[in-house]
Amino acid sequence: MKNRSLVSIDDFSTDEIITILDLAEEFEKQPVRKLLEGKVVATLFFEPSTRTRLSFESAINRLGGKIVGFADAGSSSVSKGETLHDTIKMVCSYSDLIVMRHPIEGSARYASEIATVPVINAGDGANQHPTQTILDLYSIRKTQGTLSNLNIFMVGDLKYGRTVHSLMMAMSRWNATFNFIAPEELKMPDEFKFYLENMGLKYYEHSDFTDIISKADIIYMTRVQKERFSDPIEYEKVKNVYVLRDSMLKNTRPNMRILHPLPRVNEIHTDVDSNPKAYYFEQALNGVFTRQAILCTLLGIEL
Amino acid sequence: MKETKQMSVSAIENGTVIDHVPAKNLFKVIQILGLDHIDSQITFGTNLESKKLGRKAIIKISGKFFEDEDINRIALVAPDAKLNIIRGYEVVEKKVVEVPDYIIGIAKCVNPKCITNFEHVTTRFRVVSKKNVALKCHYCEKITTQENMQII
Repeated sequence: MKNRSLVSIDDFSTDEIITILDLAEEFEKQPVRKLLEGKVVATLFFEPSTRTRLSFESAINRLGGKIVGFADAGSSSVSKGETLHDTIKMVCSYSDLIVMRHPIEGSARYASEIATVPVINAGDGANQHPTQTILDLYSIRKTQGTLSNLNIFMVGDLKYGRTVHSLMMAMSRWNATFNFIAPEELKMPDEFKFYLENMGLKYYEHSDFTDIISKADIIYMTRVQKERFSDPIEYEKVKNVYVLRDSMLKNTRPNMRILHPLPRVNEIHTDVDSNPKAYYFEQALNGVFTRQAILCTLLGIEL
Repeated sequence: MKETKQMSVSAIENGTVIDHVPAKNLFKVIQILGLDHIDSQITFGTNLESKKLGRKAIIKISGKFFEDEDINRIALVAPDAKLNIIRGYEVVEKKVVEVPDYIIGIAKCVNPKCITNFEHVTTRFRVVSKKNVALKCHYCEKITTQENMQII
């Protein structure tokens, strides 16, 4: 996998994903390893994303690498009108690997074609965010002991949420069953349902939380954002329907864990936080280990 | 007695006749095949009557023979086109166009937020459906369908 880019989760085979998850386990045991000594990683954030950027920078620092880059486009040459093409060309000569977040869809694939060093897509608009998917897979495997034959519940904005789309596509490799809980306006798009049908996988759709969650192995929560609704009245109607509270978790399976890509607003009540089934903060920590594993893998560095 | 049909466009000795081109897409076919930049003698007729297409166009290119790969590029705008390969005024071979597996640089991505609509990037699509043509953008991964397809 040396010198390859990671643009979309589909770029990696199932075996390659497993190898990365195994490597991330090693970093969880011993996070500080000076494997990137002498390497420079460019973090180009053309739109701000504090969480993702800090997670990457933490991973790079723990590996002993150096960072160059910018945290928003306003402080970069983009504000002078430079094309993405030219920015990437220039940055390649300053760095050994590029981590890029960009609001335009497909920008990461394009950058990976121009770049002479590996590119990690840290989110390209509503398209892909593969390192989020890999950390989600890591969290699922760690809490469930396996990725196979799980019952995955996805809740909230299933229409625009790229994390749920990528995770759904990825989990389809391990014979998952899916339950989608979403308001009418934010239902899982048909193209993804066709995909599951073609794969011969089962999925069920629900418009609200019910006792059905007692069957879940994983509940993946997402934010229902006000700006996604064409009609503000619709938002007011549904905004409190998709809120998970501690009292709803009584009959859930003992192995069940709640994930959320964060930031959370009100969709998980704070009374859930102290429940041992709440896993979203550990999930964020797993992001550092998986990103360490991805950085080393793409640079061809072995433990 | 054999009925003599009047030719709307005069016959060629050697070359290719592209028939059953939808009249409205004639100039797109010319553009895609680069016929506006070649030295061959070209004659075309348009708004000819066709039972199948309503109004069709026909293009005759003298002394020019196409590779399948090249001719299939017109499948997006002329899916029913038929090719007659002419030698010595005789049709020696007939071909139909097939939608190729990949479309490069012909169609525009429908997604306004796609990088190909911001920078000078040649569009690239994988054909995910050939019957009702649907193209998946190599960059933004969104689907462009026949209804919302624009030819560059």
